[in-house]
Amino acid sequence: MYAAVVVFPGSNCDRDLAVAFEAAGAKVSMVWHKDSALPDGVDIIGIPGGFSFGDYLRCGAIAANSPICRSVADHAKKGGYVLGVCNGFQVLTETGLLPGVLLRNAKLKYICQTVGLKVETSASEYTKGYNAGDVINIPIAHHDGNYFADDDTIARLQGEDRVAFTYTDNPNGARADIAGILSENRRVLGMMPHPERAADVGHGGTDGQALFRALSRALITA
Amino acid sequence: MKARVHVMLKNGVLDPQGEAVRHALGALGFEGVNGVRQGKVIELDLADGATEADVTAMCEKLLANTVIESYSVETL
Repeated sequence: MYAAVVVFPGSNCDRDLAVAFEAAGAKVSMVWHKDSALPDGVDIIGIPGGFSFGDYLRCGAIAANSPICRSVADHAKKGGYVLGVCNGFQVLTETGLLPGVLLRNAKLKYICQTVGLKVETSASEYTKGYNAGDVINIPIAHHDGNYFADDDTIARLQGEDRVAFTYTDNPNGARADIAGILSENRRVLGMMPHPERAADVGHGGTDGQALFRALSRALITA
Repeated sequence: MKARVHVMLKNGVLDPQGEAVRHALGALGFEGVNGVRQGKVIELDLADGATEADVTAMCEKLLANTVIESYSVETL
């Protein structure tokens, strides 16, 4: 697996994401937001957490219009894999690669805690290391994680089995308890919780490891 | 040309910031504030020849997220 992790001004989980990919056996390149092209042979792009461009205008909005994001969109449209975590999820909704938007948390508080996540589907290369129905413990750390989409979009996501994770105890007001969603081809995953922060015994939890390991098994490069 | 863009959350989208402001006004003794909605105002200083259609395109592409926000353009 060859992973590229995009770095924006204000990203702060880029290294964590790279370490988690590497621990699962990936080769990783860091890519700067001003780069217009991705390295050759990239299987998966990681859009990390943080506060890209200071969350100016809307979370992820400026990043979504940076030069590298055109390449990210092309990669996704060609069937490539993209994982967006936290601010990365916000960037993916702003690019339109995933539907909906992340609003300010319903109680207006920044929340940093480990939460229970229910794995809603194992039918993706991201989630097939889990069983549907498993409850895993993964940290969240966000101010704008309140997933919103209109009724039709929510119904479509649920009907197409594209809700990857839901919160067992909704911390932020997200509609339908949604914590993470998949694209139509199931190769783009956006999620607010941080699996890369639960990927090593030193983190105090390893429930995120299965996501990176499953990807690594699926994306073996020749 | 100068333009002023007003961006507001669409009706039906919960505005927790507006709600917090409403509560704070109540706590200060301002009674009868039934609702508060908070939005953004963006002022643009544009080169000669810019049109309102250009500003609309800017709103659609960047200044507003039309999933949750509506916008209006005022030329000055």
